[in-house]
Amino acid sequence: MKTFTSGIYLLLAIIVLGCKGNSIETAEIKGHRIAVDEKVKANAEIEEFIQPFKEHLNNTLDSTLAYNPRAMVKSDGDLNTAIGNLMADVVMEQAGPVFKSRTGNEIDMVLLNHGGIRSSLNKENISARSAYALMPFENEIVVAELSGEKIKEMLTYLEQAKTAHPVSGIQIEMDQDYKVIGAKINGEEIDEDKTYFVATSDYLQQGGDNMSFFKDPITLNKVDYKLRNAIIDYFKKVDTLKVDKDNRFIRK
Amino acid sequence: MKRRNFIQQTSAATAFIGIGGLSSLSFKSSYKKHITILHTNDVHSHIEPFGPDDSRNPNMGGVARRATLIQQIKNENPNTLLLDAGDIFQGTPYFNFYGGELEFKLMSKMKYDAATIGNHDFDNGIDGLYAQLPHAEFDFISSNYDFSNTVMDGQTHDHKIFTKDGVKIGIFGLGIELQGLVNDSLYKETKYLNPIEIAQDQSRILKEEKNCDLVICLSHLGYKYSSDKISDIKLAQTTKNIDLIIGGHTHTFLEKPTVETNKAGKKVLVNQVGCYGLYLGRIDFYLDDKNNIETNGVKIEV
Repeated sequence: MKTFTSGIYLLLAIIVLGCKGNSIETAEIKGHRIAVDEKVKANAEIEEFIQPFKEHLNNTLDSTLAYNPRAMVKSDGDLNTAIGNLMADVVMEQAGPVFKSRTGNEIDMVLLNHGGIRSSLNKENISARSAYALMPFENEIVVAELSGEKIKEMLTYLEQAKTAHPVSGIQIEMDQDYKVIGAKINGEEIDEDKTYFVATSDYLQQGGDNMSFFKDPITLNKVDYKLRNAIIDYFKKVDTLKVDKDNRFIRK
Repeated sequence: MKRRNFIQQTSAATAFIGIGGLSSLSFKSSYKKHITILHTNDVHSHIEPFGPDDSRNPNMGGVARRATLIQQIKNENPNTLLLDAGDIFQGTPYFNFYGGELEFKLMSKMKYDAATIGNHDFDNGIDGLYAQLPHAEFDFISSNYDFSNTVMDGQTHDHKIFTKDGVKIGIFGLGIELQGLVNDSLYKETKYLNPIEIAQDQSRILKEEKNCDLVICLSHLGYKYSSDKISDIKLAQTTKNIDLIIGGHTHTFLEKPTVETNKAGKKVLVNQVGCYGLYLGRIDFYLDDKNNIETNGVKIEV
């Protein structure tokens, strides 16, 4: 029986002293798994049913939203990368107005994680499929209100991480040993008595990548905006992507 | 040595009942009843097969292929139940685009009998799950989520009994604790009830009050954890009256079911087939006239 060929059997021979005199009866349970692979012919009716859904999806996913003039990879910078800057700036630009309309406040800065940049962007027309590749997860943007003290903890974290975690709205300078020698938000030194609205993903806020300074913020604000949807909306809005590294987060 | 014993015993047993080949099971007339359970878990919106260039699962999966297998098996044995252990939603753009509509419609076309609810099935909120229910022509069985203060109230069954060839098969369903796993704005006022207590209760009702011949737990608790967290293995060991646990959540690829011993010293099967529809699980129960699968003197060696 061909559907069985890929299966592995578990045979439980339950040998039972039966109820009919002294005869021995046997009942069995068998379990195995059947591989769903190319040896199995697809059901034509099901394929036909899927087809219109598939076409609509592919047309939407592959329609051009913007142009990327230069290939961007996440390994192209020391402490800031073009693709990371793009993602952090997208969060600032797309979530900012939503947050402002809900709370009356401005997002002061954005922090994402380098590991969250899930793909590169080729020099080509950019589609929603590119956004799915860049951000396949369902993470939501959240805004955590952090004390100046917690921002200092964030800087210590970044000193130890020595990684190009994407930022926006903050300017960080480190020395060659990754010690912070200057940090400004909105052009001003960080004030320990002030609080700052930091946009990030719900994953990082909940302790992802060990960003413990995000735990127990003064306020935690949802913007009900998926990171991927922010990226897609940004792609729709612009004609050509920004592809620049800059000096927002550097070593001197 | 043990293994050899088993093989000898097995061949003796199979010779006795005359299994010539797997497709020609010729039992003595008193063992003619044959129930097949087919199952999936954590399909996560994987409608199309993985492409030939996929790094992990090239050319695997695909709903249209699964439909072929299911049809073949149902043609061979009409006394088949088709079940899913949750996390139907989330994982491909099909979910982001259509919200689960296509997943439910395809499962209905394949004639799924029942599914339980996984944590990702709340990803568009409990309202998003509710909105897709009209597309599901199968039952949702969930015993330990109390939905009474939610839109899902009355939309699920604590348990359900299916009768195939006179064999009563009772199914109940267990979901994982949602707090910390799912944003509470998504599951809203869904209450999580202790799965062990619920399992003891439901399996007792099914086995003792409703006289089910087989009791199946559809679980999204997860196969096994290193912590104290409740899992399918722990559930199997700490309950009685369950014959088979079909699991999910941990994306555990079992080549064959695990056999555990329950609180009453009886055997329980625990199975899970990984994720993404790469495999279809199959368990065959052969029962006697009295629909017994277990009596005194059970001997099992694997």
